[in-house]
Amino acid sequence: MKRYRRIGSPSIQPSEITPEPIYRNRRRFMQAALSMTALPVLGFSSQAGATDYDIAGDLPIYEGPSWLQPKLASAVHNPGYSTEEKLAPYYDAITHNNFYEFGTDKRDPVRHAQGLITDPWQVEISGAVAKPGQYHLEDILAPHALEDRIYRLRCVEAWSMVIPWLGFPLADLIKRFEPTSKAKYVHFTTLEDKEQMPGQSNLFGTITWPYVEGLRIDEAMNPLALLVVGMYGNALPPQNGAPLRLVVPWKYGFKSIKSIVRIHFSETMPQTSWNHIAPDEYGFYANVNPAVDHPRWSQATERRLPSSLFSPNIIDTLPFNGYAEEVADLYKGMDLKQWF
Amino acid sequence: MSALQRKGWIRWSVFLLLLLPLILLIQRLLNGDLGADPAKFIVKELGYWSLCWLWLTLSVTPARIYLGWRWLTSYRRMFGLFAFFYAVLHLLAFATFLLGWRWDSLITELTKRPYIIVGSLALLCMLPLAITSTKGMQRKLGKDWKRLHSLIYPISILVMLHYTLQIRSDFSQQLIFAVLLVVLLGCRIYRKRRP
Repeated sequence: MKRYRRIGSPSIQPSEITPEPIYRNRRRFMQAALSMTALPVLGFSSQAGATDYDIAGDLPIYEGPSWLQPKLASAVHNPGYSTEEKLAPYYDAITHNNFYEFGTDKRDPVRHAQGLITDPWQVEISGAVAKPGQYHLEDILAPHALEDRIYRLRCVEAWSMVIPWLGFPLADLIKRFEPTSKAKYVHFTTLEDKEQMPGQSNLFGTITWPYVEGLRIDEAMNPLALLVVGMYGNALPPQNGAPLRLVVPWKYGFKSIKSIVRIHFSETMPQTSWNHIAPDEYGFYANVNPAVDHPRWSQATERRLPSSLFSPNIIDTLPFNGYAEEVADLYKGMDLKQWF
Repeated sequence: MSALQRKGWIRWSVFLLLLLPLILLIQRLLNGDLGADPAKFIVKELGYWSLCWLWLTLSVTPARIYLGWRWLTSYRRMFGLFAFFYAVLHLLAFATFLLGWRWDSLITELTKRPYIIVGSLALLCMLPLAITSTKGMQRKLGKDWKRLHSLIYPISILVMLHYTLQIRSDFSQQLIFAVLLVVLLGCRIYRKRRP
């Protein structure tokens, strides 16, 4: 399988904060990408080491910082966490995004996120842990080998995609920082930076920044919960949450927080962003559940993207997004209609 | 070119202008440029333009009174019918592309979701207005025609509600249309109150 044309790393060194012509070029590039039409079907082959995904000729590929590249290249496909379902084309996965920090339209993130500085990147580990501190992402990742996993992603808006991620179990990171007995919940926080994230300056939005998400500690320790640094065999594009995001495939997509700068451990349940602005619509748990409708739309089915007009590709939504076997035990004895 | 010919030419231009969003939508559809979720995109786009043309219809009277644009009145029927036309396409696209005409989902949506109930009600109220929009019906109904067509005011409020009930976080668009509606309806109330 051929290797694909690469464009320069979008992770910019602070020393070269995007000169105007490059910025313009990149914009033109993305516009060209956005007007792309027919795309071939993606396939993949599992080889020793990195998995190659078929990416159509002209699409931008994100290489990530040089220290990350060997890690991405040596990631191994984990067939235990995979699916035979058809992958979303790479183009759709990088152009159809919810990342309100860059705007609320699905194409806003790809348009507005290209300048996000994702290297260097720091993550604060805080709260009820033995080793709190401010860490470079490189140091956070250092001891972890990356895996290539293919997960279903089910958005609360009733669409879904199948996406190959590169990451490592969140549990492995948590163990390293040694949470104390008081660590009952894990909070995650997205970068807050109005200069880089135009959506955070929107006066007419109800979300309060920074974006916060969270998990119960036993949910966070579940082997499905993945900290992700790449997709489709390459680094994460900024619109998909570079340089570090969470993927919790049994929950609605908004739980899978992007561009994480803080991981905090506490005894109390975090006030998560969507739950804060509309508690009757978005629960803290937000487990995918076809039996509990969003008050404004049904969650019984989903549009598996990409869909086309006359085959809208509407499929039944599965409890826990099809991961019940792995996670249902976490909620034993809980009324999932109450704790939606 | 005679005055009559010129008028006909302008009329066709306005007609095409109102049709343009649909033409562009179809063009993007044929180019495969509607993104990963074309169904959602089309439904939203058609609804948006129906809303725009409805607000345009509502602005004809204030434009005549406050700006002296009498000529605009002769386009009011066309504006209103286009608002109706886009609203019908909006509903058809919703039922076809998002629900796939599955009757069980259609019935649930129509009975359980307030924003859909409100939107359908608005469209239902637009139907008699569209039917009685002809000159003949206008003559036939006489005074009642005006009474019937003042349904456009509750319709516009229902449409605004339909749009507002869909806010997730960003309400900038809804705010713009709400302010415009307050102005459009407000100037009518203001005029009525004056002796």
